[in-house]
Amino acid sequence: MTPDAAEVVIGTGEAVAFWILGPVALAGALGMVFSRNAVHSALWLVTTMLSLGVFYVIQSAPFLGAAQIIVYTGAIMILFLFVLMLVGRDSSDSVVETLRGQRVAAAVLGVGFAALVGAGVARATEGLAVIGLGDAGGDGNVTAIAELLYTRYVLAFEATGALLIVAAVGALVYTQIERHPGSRRGQKQLSRARFLTDDRPQTLPGPGVYARANSVAAPALLPDGRPSAETVATGVEAQQVEQMPRPTGREQLGSPDAALGTMDPAPLDGPAGDRR
Amino acid sequence: MNLWAASDQPTLEDFGNDVWWIVLIKVVGVFVVLVLMTLFAIVFERKVVARMQQRTGPNRVGPRGYLQSLADGLKLAFKEDIMPALADKPVYFLAPVLATVPAFLAFSVIPMGPTVSIFGERTPLQLTDAPIGVLVILACSAMGIYGIVLGGWASGSTYPLLGSMRSAAQMISYEIAMGLSIVAVFLYAGSMSTSEIVAAQADGNRLDFFGLEFTGPSWFAVLLPVSFVIYVIAVVGETNRAPFDLPEAESELVGGFHTEYSSLKFALFFLAEYINMVTVSALAATLFLGGWRAPWPISIWDGANSGWWPLLWFFLKVVAALFVFIWLRGTLPRLRYDQFMRFGWKVLVPTALVWILVVATMRTVSREADLSTGEVAIYVGLPAAVLVLGGLLLASRSANRDTRLMAEEASAGAVHASDPEPDVLPPAGARRRPTGGPSRAEGGYPIPPMDLTVPPSPRIRRESTDTGTAVVSTGRRGTATIEEDGDA
Repeated sequence: MTPDAAEVVIGTGEAVAFWILGPVALAGALGMVFSRNAVHSALWLVTTMLSLGVFYVIQSAPFLGAAQIIVYTGAIMILFLFVLMLVGRDSSDSVVETLRGQRVAAAVLGVGFAALVGAGVARATEGLAVIGLGDAGGDGNVTAIAELLYTRYVLAFEATGALLIVAAVGALVYTQIERHPGSRRGQKQLSRARFLTDDRPQTLPGPGVYARANSVAAPALLPDGRPSAETVATGVEAQQVEQMPRPTGREQLGSPDAALGTMDPAPLDGPAGDRR
Repeated sequence: MNLWAASDQPTLEDFGNDVWWIVLIKVVGVFVVLVLMTLFAIVFERKVVARMQQRTGPNRVGPRGYLQSLADGLKLAFKEDIMPALADKPVYFLAPVLATVPAFLAFSVIPMGPTVSIFGERTPLQLTDAPIGVLVILACSAMGIYGIVLGGWASGSTYPLLGSMRSAAQMISYEIAMGLSIVAVFLYAGSMSTSEIVAAQADGNRLDFFGLEFTGPSWFAVLLPVSFVIYVIAVVGETNRAPFDLPEAESELVGGFHTEYSSLKFALFFLAEYINMVTVSALAATLFLGGWRAPWPISIWDGANSGWWPLLWFFLKVVAALFVFIWLRGTLPRLRYDQFMRFGWKVLVPTALVWILVVATMRTVSREADLSTGEVAIYVGLPAAVLVLGGLLLASRSANRDTRLMAEEASAGAVHASDPEPDVLPPAGARRRPTGGPSRAEGGYPIPPMDLTVPPSPRIRRESTDTGTAVVSTGRRGTATIEEDGDA
């Protein structure tokens, strides 16, 4: 390239940001590979993606940086986490090698691949001059991207959009449960139906609460003392509750404080108190 | 607009060349404003909700109880910091920080006023701005989700996990609706920078309605009402506020994602939630309510939009938006989760998409055909509105009809229309729910027995064994008494 173009200096701020974020991004990548816990791996990946987002912003591509953070870090990685969290907390990678020598081979091949790509990129960009993106944007970064997307690359853009829509719809179709339309009554229909037929527009009464049972299987009592079968949930066998004898009146219980045991010692004010 | 006012409106070139101490003042200022707004919002919320519920609200600490949240914050700081045994320690520690930092960060691009003079330096009342200003806020709110999701996961407990799962799904869904609602604003303002969006709402909207010229309102809340409504609904979901507070629904999930948190970590979550509320309120003011510019009757006064006055208009708008949040909380019951998600995906997102289409069409038509505002409204806006309203009318009629038919069908079949579907729950033993229960006429509903008495306290037994008096029975004094006296 031209020699004067090569004289473009990288600003101090950019250099500082690079030397801080570069190691962070690299650490994120390594942490992602070496973490045993899947969620920790995902978090390390988030670190790398965030650093990349900031890199884009520094490289005069603020829109790309924001999109990177909003779409990749914000939406896609959260969905990843969503799935990983469903897997369970204690599911870590097994340390047992199922294929003999797999780790070593993978390490060697990985390092080799990295060297290959790194060397290739280094060779390709060796003589290139840094010209920055200042004038590549034309009328600003956002406007330039919009212009390219909707003129030169409009077909690719539309095709990608169509592909994604098809994928999403396909996933929906595959996971959908076939249900005959109108076969399931919703809350609204049930509520209306209840008012049309039943003499009970509201919900069914709850089970009984006794001194010795508050189980859902304990039926509530009707005014005449019979257990009410309606109060027991469907699918539960009604339980016989051992009743407390019902003491009545002051004669047996003494003062209210004594009966509740709230006063200590209870004042000697009744037959029950006398007996203590 | 006169020259003085024009020079007050900051442009993108005004940012990024402040002296370092100005930047420092602004950073500290934003921090202080957010913390103060949080303290204020908590007391304000409690007082307003109390008034709505015919209560007094906090009235003990400070004048008229206004220092209550400060006292609560101090108390929170001195509480025991609990680390659950099953917690994933680094992530558990990181989560509240991840929730709080983006919340603070988002406020940095909110314009709070015009260019003012601070110690002789002329600088905009806004920490910074970028061509993608609003996207910075969206990115920060996207990062804030991590705090909640990871906090719930790292607690190692079921309820927080459920809360964080809910919040992950909810916040992503509602962020889509929120982003789509803002698109129309971008189209009208021609920019994504917050200060330029405020500038776009600056001075009236010259309308030409078939030769009749007048100046209409220029707030995007008036020009783009559908966007505004969608934004308001979406941010309530995005900030996990009632009626969309499903991640922390206390009747279902104890405390939701922060159940296991205490002390300062919990305080950070609390802070983040309220700061997010303030931020989205400020963004609503910026995008839809004219930003820091004075509302109409005040804006007649020339000095209203210069100097430090706009700070007042801005915070009045923010407090008004906060009041709406509180109002919603005081009024509406929490939605069921499936209804909530259905509303987001099947109502908000499609409506926002159709609305963007309409807005873009109107703008294109007015540009291509060189029509005036009134003509565009007549030729494009009116047909579109009629089409949408007609569609909604038809849909609601058909839905009502379906409901009626289904209800009649259901009522014709069973005595109890609410019987669960047979495949949901198998009948227990030989018994299904009997249909022959007592009817309303027969004697009404189960009620507690009229002579219900509270059983004696078990503490009495302990007391009697301690004293070692000659009680012959099992120690239950009540039982013994009754056995002697017999049931009356």
